[in-house]
Amino acid sequence: MEIKDGLYYSEDHEWVRVEGDKAYIGLTDFAQEHLGDIVFVEAPDLDGQFEAGAVIGAIESVKAVSDMHTPVSGKVLAANEILDDSPDLLNKDPYGQHIAVLEMADRADLDKLMSSADYAAFCDKEAE
Amino acid sequence: MQLQRTPLYPMHLKYHGKLIDFGGWELPVEYESTGIITEHHHVRRQAGLFDVSHMGEVDVRGEQAEAFVQNLVVNDITSLAEGQICYSPMCYPDGGCVDDLLVYKYARDHFFIVVNAANTDKDFAWMQEQAIPGVSLQNLSSSYAELALQGPDAETVLQRLCDADLGAIRYYWFHYQVQIAGIECIVSRTGYTGEDGFELFTDPEWACSLWEAILDAGRGRVLPIGLGARDSLRFEARLPLYGHEIDRKITPLEARLDRFVKLDKPSFIGREALAGQYQSGPQRLLVEFEMVDRGIPRAHYEIQKDGQAIGWVTSGGYAPTLNKNIGLGLVGHEFAASGEQFDVIIRHKPVRAKVGESIFYKRQKNS
Repeated sequence: MEIKDGLYYSEDHEWVRVEGDKAYIGLTDFAQEHLGDIVFVEAPDLDGQFEAGAVIGAIESVKAVSDMHTPVSGKVLAANEILDDSPDLLNKDPYGQHIAVLEMADRADLDKLMSSADYAAFCDKEAE
Repeated sequence: MQLQRTPLYPMHLKYHGKLIDFGGWELPVEYESTGIITEHHHVRRQAGLFDVSHMGEVDVRGEQAEAFVQNLVVNDITSLAEGQICYSPMCYPDGGCVDDLLVYKYARDHFFIVVNAANTDKDFAWMQEQAIPGVSLQNLSSSYAELALQGPDAETVLQRLCDADLGAIRYYWFHYQVQIAGIECIVSRTGYTGEDGFELFTDPEWACSLWEAILDAGRGRVLPIGLGARDSLRFEARLPLYGHEIDRKITPLEARLDRFVKLDKPSFIGREALAGQYQSGPQRLLVEFEMVDRGIPRAHYEIQKDGQAIGWVTSGGYAPTLNKNIGLGLVGHEFAASGEQFDVIIRHKPVRAKVGESIFYKRQKNS
């Protein structure tokens, strides 16, 4: 299982990549492995305002539907439209494909997220 | 609760199955190196091996065996030859389904019935309640392991392990005391995938040896397949699943299984109710639909027409071979015509779907 350095991680197994005041949000390798073949991504509505931890969309694998949360508060600037036709890219390249981009409302949200090292320990615990 | 394990449990560990609780059984939903979609395609294109040992088996013997089974199920089993199999729903007096099953006829005084795993105890109790003098019933579920080899390459692979001519076993027929890799099996040409293939019943003690022999003979062609793909394959081929398309509260006529309901039989359990429903026409009907707008329909989602509930999705999902999101729904009969449009409620939003015919997968038969 791959965990990338330089990203922030949530307990819901989402990653955040920060560029200026933009937060790119995606699913971790642990999450995609756990979900299995992903066949549908419901992207958040553009311009939607969300609090950290809120459900912003859904990820569907063959067997199950999972909520997609945002680890940070903010406004949705864009969704990754490639996933409309190729949701399986989340399985193949989980850190290369973001699901949404948010304009962060409060950088302090990042303090509540995990580093790659903390997230690795968190996953080990979940796998037990 | 302690999960039950099948005799093939060691194989699921060896081949890295992702084990889940499936109705009280610890079984693989998929295997780590493949996954549901890869497994699904593999069965359609080559062949896959399934552990279906959780299925129940009931032996019916005695001089009244034929009369007993004929009364028990809605299909006509008196038309079966020795060695032939039929599919049938088994109904309550009100026409609702106890289960659906396969009836294997050895002889007029000996039938072998295969039932759904989760229903085994309920079915066996129901059968015992209906028992008549001259019939003995035995629940043999723990005496058999069951393996299914499904896919276009199934016969070629299995033939390598067997001297008897498997081509002689026609669709919905079975042979018994067949030696596969030296292991005695009941071999039937049946399955739950929409592909050609076989189901093998054998002594639990030999189940792992049989599994390994088949994988070995099918190296490069046969993969172990989990329950996830078993469900996507059966669904895509529009095969009914108890608890979804049929149920205690859903009759076989509503589920469009008319061709298995022989109302010309003089009597059987549920006949009166089903004959009445047939005459008046069912108020609800199972329909095939495909999504017009983006979204995946899933079992139990509500179906609406102009904001009013008209039914629900019985099974739905992404169909890998068809590469479409499709579903089966039980709706008011007035909404069952091909071309009808309605909404599936997905996460509180209506998403448009369209009723059709022949949307589902059908194998191109070459023989």
